[in-house]
Amino acid sequence: MTTHTHQTGLPPKPGVGYKPQHIEAILDDPGPVAWLEIHAENYMGGGGVPHAQMRALSERFPISCHGVGLSIGGNGPLDRDHLDRLRHLVEWLKPAMFSEHLAWSTHETGFLNDLLPLPYTSRTAQHVADHIDEVQTVLGRQMLLENPSVYVAFAESTMSETDFLRDVAQRSGCGLLLDVNNVYVSATNQHYDPDAYLRDFPMHLVGEIHLGGHDAEEDDRGDPLLIDTHDREVIDPVWALYETVIARHGAMPTLIEWDSDIPDWPVLEGEARRADAILSGVSLAAE
Amino acid sequence: MTLPDQTAFTAALLDPAQPVPDGIVNPDGSPARRRFDVYRNNVVAGLVEALQAAYPTVRRIVGEKFFDAMAAVYVRAHPPTDPLMILYGAELPAFLDGFPPAASLPYLPDVARLEYARRQAYHAPDAATIQPERLGAVPPEELDRAVLGLHPSLRIVASDHPVLSIWRFNNEEGAAKPEPGAEAVLICRPDLSLSMRAIPLDAPAFIADLQSGATLGAAAAAASTRDAGFDLGLHLGGLLSSNCLVSVTIEGVDDHDPPG
Repeated sequence: MTTHTHQTGLPPKPGVGYKPQHIEAILDDPGPVAWLEIHAENYMGGGGVPHAQMRALSERFPISCHGVGLSIGGNGPLDRDHLDRLRHLVEWLKPAMFSEHLAWSTHETGFLNDLLPLPYTSRTAQHVADHIDEVQTVLGRQMLLENPSVYVAFAESTMSETDFLRDVAQRSGCGLLLDVNNVYVSATNQHYDPDAYLRDFPMHLVGEIHLGGHDAEEDDRGDPLLIDTHDREVIDPVWALYETVIARHGAMPTLIEWDSDIPDWPVLEGEARRADAILSGVSLAAE
Repeated sequence: MTLPDQTAFTAALLDPAQPVPDGIVNPDGSPARRRFDVYRNNVVAGLVEALQAAYPTVRRIVGEKFFDAMAAVYVRAHPPTDPLMILYGAELPAFLDGFPPAASLPYLPDVARLEYARRQAYHAPDAATIQPERLGAVPPEELDRAVLGLHPSLRIVASDHPVLSIWRFNNEEGAAKPEPGAEAVLICRPDLSLSMRAIPLDAPAFIADLQSGATLGAAAAAASTRDAGFDLGLHLGGLLSSNCLVSVTIEGVDDHDPPG
């Protein structure tokens, strides 16, 4: 295992997922938005407008680079071509942070374009940690691993998700990205207490927080089944969990994720403002 | 202990007729049918959404309902081969060639070809262009051996249908109604803005030869063989007016740039 210093180059303030339709508003007046996050794969073309926008924005904002295609939980070896594209992006963009998901998305048949779940066993923890070690070695930096939204459980799992993430982080030296909406979604879907999950989460490893909106459906028995859609506002119970986390552990870089049915800038900025109020409340209280 | 069975998971994901894989359970341990369907839906919906973003003109022509149903067939037949979703859907034009429900719109596959070429040009590498006059500085006796470096975003789409007029009619206010007839389109993004223009129907083969590194002499000779009336000056002028020239080198000469 390679050792990496746990650090975050992101300010403990709100950030938003960057969407090109918001560029003018962001350059004009970003309001409380202090940093931007991009999906790494959208900037792996050769150049043109996406690269030009990112060069301009990265001069004004710290950028967090969030991968959605590495398939860190995949059984097969990591895609070296894809890893090379990522290394190239990280080299020219010099993002403040790189993060990826505890999930798999690639199989022998190709790329499945979804974040698929893993059983939590010591065997998969070692496998995931080996892949993270490879990523961190190629990139020459620490990465954060994000807790997933899960819809199903595996009969073969032997560990809780928090124990699994702690184990992977210890084996690989990675940090963690805490998605509070994913905690709420998974806890509802898997019938556990989100606050107990958060109390058990290794917060000292967290370098970034995600907040996003989800859809509410029902499973075949009429039990609530929440789906992580990033297509609407963060709901109040998720804000309440977030506020508890910030009150307990202090201000942390916090991203509003909105990836589908993307709203006009004032709506997204309003979500960032709500996060800012919570983050500022803590720093004011600490003064 | 072995790794989880992602092969069975993947197979069940792409084929709704298959049962939920063993060991995928609800919180109470029962098989997670509805919950597994979330992943099934996510995969198809996510890929369909990627195609909607990639082929907006095709979708406008056939309507959202038709497009989404067609896309759901396509994504199962051609799932992405790698995580670079910005270029997903390369086989859609060929798929439409052989898609019977779209047979009444024979121009549709070429509209898709144009949209894909635009996307390739949009994401192509950057390169600094040079003034077309640089070609004029090449001594006449060396012109035959000149090799033109063309911008990496340059794409050509040739169609038996008025593909550019159809694209404009569906995207630009006040664009004229397309008239039947073949069209060839040159797409280039020399700076950040992408441009399209109609080019003569005998230009695509000539430009393709230049793109593959043929000398001006060889490309012109091949064009004259295809059509004795080929006008090199006219074609070069048309090509260079798109500001897509990035270099001029003379084959067999070490000093790459001509004087001037």
